[in-house]
Amino acid sequence: MRYQPLNLGRWVLWSATAIVFVVAPLMFTESFALTLLIQMGTMIIFALSYNMLLGQGGMLSFGHAVYSGLGAYITVHALNLVGKGAFYIPVPLLPLVGGLAGLVFGVLFGYVTTRRAGTTFAMISLGIGEMVYACVLMFPGFFGGEAGISTNRVVGQPYLGLSFGPAIQVYYLVALWCFVCIAAMFALTQTPLGRMANAVRDNPERAEFVGYNTQHVRFLQLVLSSFFAGVSGALSCINFEIVSAENVSAIRSGGVLLATFIGGVPFFFGPILGAIVFVFFVVALSGFTKAWLLYLGLFFVLMVVYAPGGMASLILMQFPLIRAGRWRELLVPYALAALAGLVALAGLIGLVEMVYRLSEQGASTVLTVLGVSYDARSALPWFAFAAVLAAGLAALRVAAGRVGERWGAIQLELQAKA
Amino acid sequence: MSDAIELQEVHKSFGTTKIIHGVSLAIHDGERHAIIGPNGAGKSTLFNLISGRYELSAGRILLHGADITNLRPFEINRQGLSRSFQVTNIFHNMTVFENIRCGVLWSAGYRYSFWHRVGGLQDVRLRAEEVMERIGLAKRRNLPAGTLTYAEQRALEIGVTIAGGASVILLDEPTSGMSRTETAQVVELVRSITQGRTLVMVEHDMGVVFGLADRISVLVYGEVLATGTPEEIRANPAVQEAYLGALHKETTHA
Repeated sequence: MRYQPLNLGRWVLWSATAIVFVVAPLMFTESFALTLLIQMGTMIIFALSYNMLLGQGGMLSFGHAVYSGLGAYITVHALNLVGKGAFYIPVPLLPLVGGLAGLVFGVLFGYVTTRRAGTTFAMISLGIGEMVYACVLMFPGFFGGEAGISTNRVVGQPYLGLSFGPAIQVYYLVALWCFVCIAAMFALTQTPLGRMANAVRDNPERAEFVGYNTQHVRFLQLVLSSFFAGVSGALSCINFEIVSAENVSAIRSGGVLLATFIGGVPFFFGPILGAIVFVFFVVALSGFTKAWLLYLGLFFVLMVVYAPGGMASLILMQFPLIRAGRWRELLVPYALAALAGLVALAGLIGLVEMVYRLSEQGASTVLTVLGVSYDARSALPWFAFAAVLAAGLAALRVAAGRVGERWGAIQLELQAKA
Repeated sequence: MSDAIELQEVHKSFGTTKIIHGVSLAIHDGERHAIIGPNGAGKSTLFNLISGRYELSAGRILLHGADITNLRPFEINRQGLSRSFQVTNIFHNMTVFENIRCGVLWSAGYRYSFWHRVGGLQDVRLRAEEVMERIGLAKRRNLPAGTLTYAEQRALEIGVTIAGGASVILLDEPTSGMSRTETAQVVELVRSITQGRTLVMVEHDMGVVFGLADRISVLVYGEVLATGTPEEIRANPAVQEAYLGALHKETTHA
């Protein structure tokens, strides 16, 4: 008997992921879409590396951008030196430089942060994040101050026609690294260290009594995680051709926490979803509205309250129903809930956009929705959108109740069968 | 006969409260040794001192002649001492198999490895399956530990403890909260798993103690009142007065 049979599902999943990476830029051909995809790729690596701490090791870090940011700084200097001809590293291998830099800083800071778990770890990681940010501003010679350090990713002669000038070449570079990193981080969860990181997260005391130094487990997990954070930092350096203090800031550290949580901390693939949604909010939505950060924050809070397992948990919840062939019964309740949610969202957006329009100096207070123009200074649109929001929320309440009822009934029936 | 564990004038106080004062005790290699005593006598504290959970206030503890005083729990574990807990202390989110595997990994030499695939480690799997067979949880292999019954969780607790193959096993009230039949099963289990090893256990059930133990130590108010074979302990007037008599009255009243 073979213990681990060849897992067909796993092969299908990995192949599908690879195919998505290859065809994504062929389907979304606008240059903006490519920008989006590149950033999603780097964010996926960053969020997955963050989840090696939070999800797998139970370490809530408020300073993970330190490792990606410092990795990016080292990369930008390496790239500039390559440009000057000081030494030669092919551009596709630069993420390795960033990764190693992240790893070295992981060893340095991790030695301090991982001595304790829980709240103490969180506080020290926050402190180190602030410290590094301050240092970056204090030494403009190396870090370039607020403006940062810029670079040019096109160095030397094109190799096999690859100069990494065009965005599409950068995309495939990011995609390749992203795929390799996803595979590597998944593999790490399947090792003795990966499993003991889970054990230390769940019950550190017991882990000590089966021979494991919990401090050392956390340390190694953080060092490995910093490597991948550094890789993502290097990729963002290659993409933007600039690295500034923002790369190590608390905003970045908070961002990756948000992305990871939205995606789903308890599941390996959760952060992948979270990174995609997060980049969509940050890059795409910010082009449409100034209130994007508010929407992101609201979304985050809703997820924390109603779906603490993130989007991944919402998806995985459907699988037992699909397997049992009962998903059709939930289609109508789901559709109704979605509709009610959209109505509520429309009301909310109407109100929020008016607030932003009024708070912005010198902006026109006249907005247009579906060809109807209205003035945010008059009372009527406020009442109208408030009414839409209220109606939407009320409908959502009823619809969500329906979903819950139906869901519970099906679960009970399935359990009774089993 | 050499000693597996030797306690020399061990003291422990929390603040101004002295819990253990001056315990000296030698536990022989290969014997089954029970520690009994009324509630609050310091039995669990003694376990926590031996296994490294607490630091000693004074004194020395030797394991197979080597000084383990105030070493960290994982260091003591690596020297061949493993313990269970009075309140079940397992990995609730993991399956039975994964729980046992956690107990096996270090002693199998895989330590902090991040270059082995854990599913491919045949030696670890075989050892874990052997342990699951022994504790009677082979059929529960893929269930999360948190969903097991109380008795099963207690068995798993013992399984995790013995999985690493430690030569000295400390069991803290392995039968607490169990029915008569369950207790009898645990006694058989403990008897079989401690063959060729040294066992120290804290136990309240006198049937279990006198049935299993080669020697017994009576702990009262943080001091060893007597140590001896079950017959000697039963016949010891001081023990009868301080503990067994009182306990006997207690149990007949209840």
